[in-house]
Amino acid sequence: MARKASNTRKAVVTIAAWSIGFLIFFPILWIIILGFKSEGDAIKTPLQVLFSDWTLQSYHDVQARSNYGRHFWNSVILSVGSTVIALAIAIPAAWSMAFVPGRRTKDLLMWMLSTKMMPAVGVLVPMYLLFRDFGLLDSRIGLVGVLTLINLPIVVWMLYTYFKEIPGEILEAARMDGASLKSEILYVLTPMAVPGIASTMLLNIILAWNEAFWTLQLTTSQAAPLTQFIASYSSPEGLFYAKLSAASTMAIAPILILGWFSQKQLVRGLTFGAVK
Amino acid sequence: MATAHSRTAARLMLSPAVILLLLWMIVPLGMTLYFSFLRYNLLMPGMETFVGFENYYYFINQPAFWSALSNTLILVLGVLCITVVGGILLALLLDQPFWGQGIVRVLVIAPFFVMPTVSALVWKNMFMNPVNGIFAHIAKSLGLQPFDFLSHAPLASIILIVAWQWLPFATLILLTALQSLDREQQEAAEMDGAGWMQRFVYLTVPHLTRSITVVILIQTIFLLSVFAEILVTTNGGPGTASTNLTYLVYAQSLLNYDVGGGSAGGIIAVILANIVAIFLMRMIGKNLEA
Repeated sequence: MARKASNTRKAVVTIAAWSIGFLIFFPILWIIILGFKSEGDAIKTPLQVLFSDWTLQSYHDVQARSNYGRHFWNSVILSVGSTVIALAIAIPAAWSMAFVPGRRTKDLLMWMLSTKMMPAVGVLVPMYLLFRDFGLLDSRIGLVGVLTLINLPIVVWMLYTYFKEIPGEILEAARMDGASLKSEILYVLTPMAVPGIASTMLLNIILAWNEAFWTLQLTTSQAAPLTQFIASYSSPEGLFYAKLSAASTMAIAPILILGWFSQKQLVRGLTFGAVK
Repeated sequence: MATAHSRTAARLMLSPAVILLLLWMIVPLGMTLYFSFLRYNLLMPGMETFVGFENYYYFINQPAFWSALSNTLILVLGVLCITVVGGILLALLLDQPFWGQGIVRVLVIAPFFVMPTVSALVWKNMFMNPVNGIFAHIAKSLGLQPFDFLSHAPLASIILIVAWQWLPFATLILLTALQSLDREQQEAAEMDGAGWMQRFVYLTVPHLTRSITVVILIQTIFLLSVFAEILVTTNGGPGTASTNLTYLVYAQSLLNYDVGGGSAGGIIAVILANIVAIFLMRMIGKNLEA
């Protein structure tokens, strides 16, 4: 009897959860569907859209007309480049704060976090002028620099919370066995730290890929990543739903897949370790 | 000896990150502060003069400032209400046992990974467009007049779009918190005769309080500077109906070339964000000790 009741309950929860999940996911599902329709069909009523013919035409059009490839590579270079540089700077910093904490380590961490609280618009004007004067507007180098700096605090923090969980006794044991600092890092710490570094990397690639303030302000065409490329569809000419959908699908697909792998790290990274 | 050695090494490893962040914080912010006291227009180079607080005076006294300020607050509060309440309900639902938990979780989280320009354009065109949008199709099939969301309710429409992006974040964090709830404590309370409501109020809510605070504070930091969603949907309009502080500063400095006024606005935005930041830092700082 109790078993049956709980099964009914489970069925009700299942239906409710699936309906809400579907509703939330629907806009994404819809652009995936529209991307495979012709422009004429894409603006019809939802049911007509569903039963119209499928085509790859929009994908061809987007590739041919707007140089999608360049924007895609810009996104890859900007997000991966800024993440790798940030990691190179942050790993030693987080390592030293986690394993050789000083009196001011906590203050230092809080201060790093506080730089993240500064709204981007507060430094928009000087950044724009600096970029203009140094000829960095619409250059990938300049933007990689900015993205590195805005994500550096998150990278340091995430790495710190991961490194903090590596037990210090292991280091002591290694030291007792006569391991040097170098072999300590190489053979003891690195294997334990790799998962944390990997999740930090994943989350930061996602954040940099979707960053849409600086990428919109500081690029126009040459260095423009996918955020800017999609924004160029905001003033369309003629029929464009299917093409916008195809372009959008291509812009979000890689990160959607990466994102699903990093759900757990997302919570930790974005709450600076406050929720695990 | 060894410790002195490793301390020096630690400082060396720390310094690049510290120096870079220090420069990043001081140089541009210092420049913004400096510009905010100048009469400085990009169309009239070489004419910069020191004007004291005049830029602040004009920035605050333009009608657009007050509507931008109230729009910023409405946007933040509106999105917070929807995402926190919706997030709690959704997290409670997803925490129940049901078939296909993993898949539904993936579906619910997905909007968070969609880049802001994509979600804004998709909502603008495929859903809210008064002719071809899905909402218009639904309205027509019910015999109603289609509603032009972005011209008649621009701010509410943007709130809806941004809330769709942030609901997954709130849900995911609250769900993570729920799953760390002590099951034995729950069962003990149930055995002692506590009803569903009592268990929720006395066990679940106190357990969630901290995560809710974290969600509110972190979202506020991001929501204060919503930009791309406004740029591609309404351009802050009609008039200033959907202009927030970030967009106003952008318009003033890069569309009107008023560097001085824009800088003053930037400093005001920094001050506003700092008020929120102080609370957030306290929360996280406490957690660091625990």
